[in-house]
Amino acid sequence: MSSSLPDRAAQLRQIQARRVETRRALVAWLQAGPMMLVFALFFLLPLALVVMVSFWDYNEYEIIPAFTVRGYVESFEGCLAQMPSLCTTLKTYWQTLRLVGMVWAITLVLGFAIAYFLAFHVRDRTWQVALSLLCTIPFWTSNVIRMISWIPLLGRNGVVNRGLVEAGVVEKPLEWLLFSEFAVVLALVHLFTFFMVVPVFNAMLRIDRRLLEAAHDAGASAWQTLWNVVIPLSKPGIVIGSIFVITIVMGDYVTIGVMGGQQIASAGKVIQTRLDALQFPAAAANAVILLVATGLIIAALSRLVDVRKEL
Amino acid sequence: MLRSKLTRRGALGGLAAGTLFAPAVHSQEPKVLRYLGTAVNAGDDISKQCLADTGIKIEYITVTTDDVTKRVVTQPNSFDVLDTEYFSLKKLIPSGNIQPLSARKIKEFNNITPVFTKGELPNGKKIGGQGTAPWKVLYLTGASAKTFSATPTEFVTLIPTVYNADTLGIRPDLIKRPITSWAELLNPEFKGKASILNIPSIGIMDAAMVVEATGQYKYADKGNMTRAEIDLTMKVLTEAKKAGQFRAFWKDFNESVNLMASGETVIQSMWSPAVTKVRSMGIPCTFQPLKEGYRSWASGFCVSKGASGRKLDMAYEFVNWFLSGWAGAYLNRQGYYSAVLSTAKASMAPYEWDYWMEGKPAAQDIKGPDGGLLEKAGSVRDGGSYNDRMGAVACWNAVMDENDYMVRKWNEFIAA
Repeated sequence: MSSSLPDRAAQLRQIQARRVETRRALVAWLQAGPMMLVFALFFLLPLALVVMVSFWDYNEYEIIPAFTVRGYVESFEGCLAQMPSLCTTLKTYWQTLRLVGMVWAITLVLGFAIAYFLAFHVRDRTWQVALSLLCTIPFWTSNVIRMISWIPLLGRNGVVNRGLVEAGVVEKPLEWLLFSEFAVVLALVHLFTFFMVVPVFNAMLRIDRRLLEAAHDAGASAWQTLWNVVIPLSKPGIVIGSIFVITIVMGDYVTIGVMGGQQIASAGKVIQTRLDALQFPAAAANAVILLVATGLIIAALSRLVDVRKEL
Repeated sequence: MLRSKLTRRGALGGLAAGTLFAPAVHSQEPKVLRYLGTAVNAGDDISKQCLADTGIKIEYITVTTDDVTKRVVTQPNSFDVLDTEYFSLKKLIPSGNIQPLSARKIKEFNNITPVFTKGELPNGKKIGGQGTAPWKVLYLTGASAKTFSATPTEFVTLIPTVYNADTLGIRPDLIKRPITSWAELLNPEFKGKASILNIPSIGIMDAAMVVEATGQYKYADKGNMTRAEIDLTMKVLTEAKKAGQFRAFWKDFNESVNLMASGETVIQSMWSPAVTKVRSMGIPCTFQPLKEGYRSWASGFCVSKGASGRKLDMAYEFVNWFLSGWAGAYLNRQGYYSAVLSTAKASMAPYEWDYWMEGKPAAQDIKGPDGGLLEKAGSVRDGGSYNDRMGAVACWNAVMDENDYMVRKWNEFIAA
């Protein structure tokens, strides 16, 4: 017996501490487990499959599991050769990014204004809830029905055009109201402003009202308070809302298709056309390109604010 | 073992009893067929009549043309009977996911119109065969073969059911002058008021009709272009798009009706029943015959590779019922054409036959399948008789050898 009693006790304590630690880690893993499993099964695995298939070959009726970069090479076909003018993929992304930019800017201004009104002007909780529910009205019918109903409103012989012609505002019906970039932006804003309202509203609710009073007492004007207090404190909400809007619009092709009369290119539409032609690897390659593009935008946005820290 | 024995007995029983009586051995289980196809043929009237006549319950799986193909290739066990177009066969047959039907078990096979079997009208006149004409892909060399046979065999890829000659739909009240050529589709006069189908393989053929009509180029086969020809055609389309010729492209039956009925478009590629629908809303619309001819399409039935035994017998019973007259008459009254003319004729009133098939003025009011008034007495069908319309077919819906290149060019066209 070389080890003394105190030594032995310390050893035991150490073992016990390690056991507790292991058990704690195990519990943590168990708690995170279900979510991880769902995430792995329904996100990571399909994503890995898409990436894998994007490197496969294909013919008219089947995908061929042989490594090739054909999907990517053909997607960027002519991008160097046609240099001053843009190739199909770059043109498509330029068009998509322009739409994203417009929709984002408008939903940001609108969403911020609505959230501001709800958070600071509506004092009553019940009214706040009721009014935020009002914002969900665009989601009460299906996307398709909602879009079809724009036609009698914005069409050449639609309500708006007839009203304008009768009022003498314009001589001939305005053609750009429907099946145009304007129509696409309008429909997207109509749909997705809500995704900006909710996170911004949520961030605003958590602003300590005493800060606003302090700003007022210190002699700040309403604009100064907005710019120096409200906006900085709403930043996490703005960034989260922006991520929602940008990712949805980047991938949208149904709204852009219907409202743009199928004549406006979008990254999602390229994928759809490829899928319809049974060219799955080419579609997968385009999906990966879209994912990378969207990922870059989100990475840039999350550099503006540490979303996790702010939540 | 038991299964195959039952099948043989079932088949024999079915043959002995004719098509009227279902084989008694199977009567204990409900007869259900899962029917994959587009909305064109998936009518409740047809399934109701079929249930009444044969006891077979049809479960429709209704998707778009492209999705039918996708589903066959990716989920071959999700359907029993497939209703699809002949041009899809170039993708479907090599996939091995469908099986041909045997001509010998189709009662009316020898009465099928020679449009399908020989590429000619019943009166012997040859019709245009550019594109995936049905007679090029009607037969397989064997029961599980993946190659088409140029000569008749027992193994039929698709038992023909319905077909039509498509052309441009126009709004005569808004155009106010005669339209006689495909060239008018891209005529700047209709800037912002034209539309084509948003299915690349069909859209490009309509554009090719225009290119030929304006005398810019003559294709060897509009349904199977070379890369240079695809470039040329897409260039014409792109210029038109940039100049604002198109109001919108449509993909769905109802979209085409909405565009035309609301006056968003005045000239566009269209389907016959869509024209009928616009007209039934009280809005003038003509399925305009054009001097360069029609772009035709045709569809038919085959079965999933998974169908065997009792299901397969049921599929034969259903297909035989479909060709026995009622369904044919129903389709003819919608402005389509049925594959077996003799049985359809027997199921139609003489005045109906004269109007729809002979191109004669209607002796009395023509009613639609729902019983509503379609045309007043005295009116004549657009394009005239069956022989006039089918005889003027210039090309058939197709999948090109250069399909992959064409799809890429289509995306470029959309982005332009």
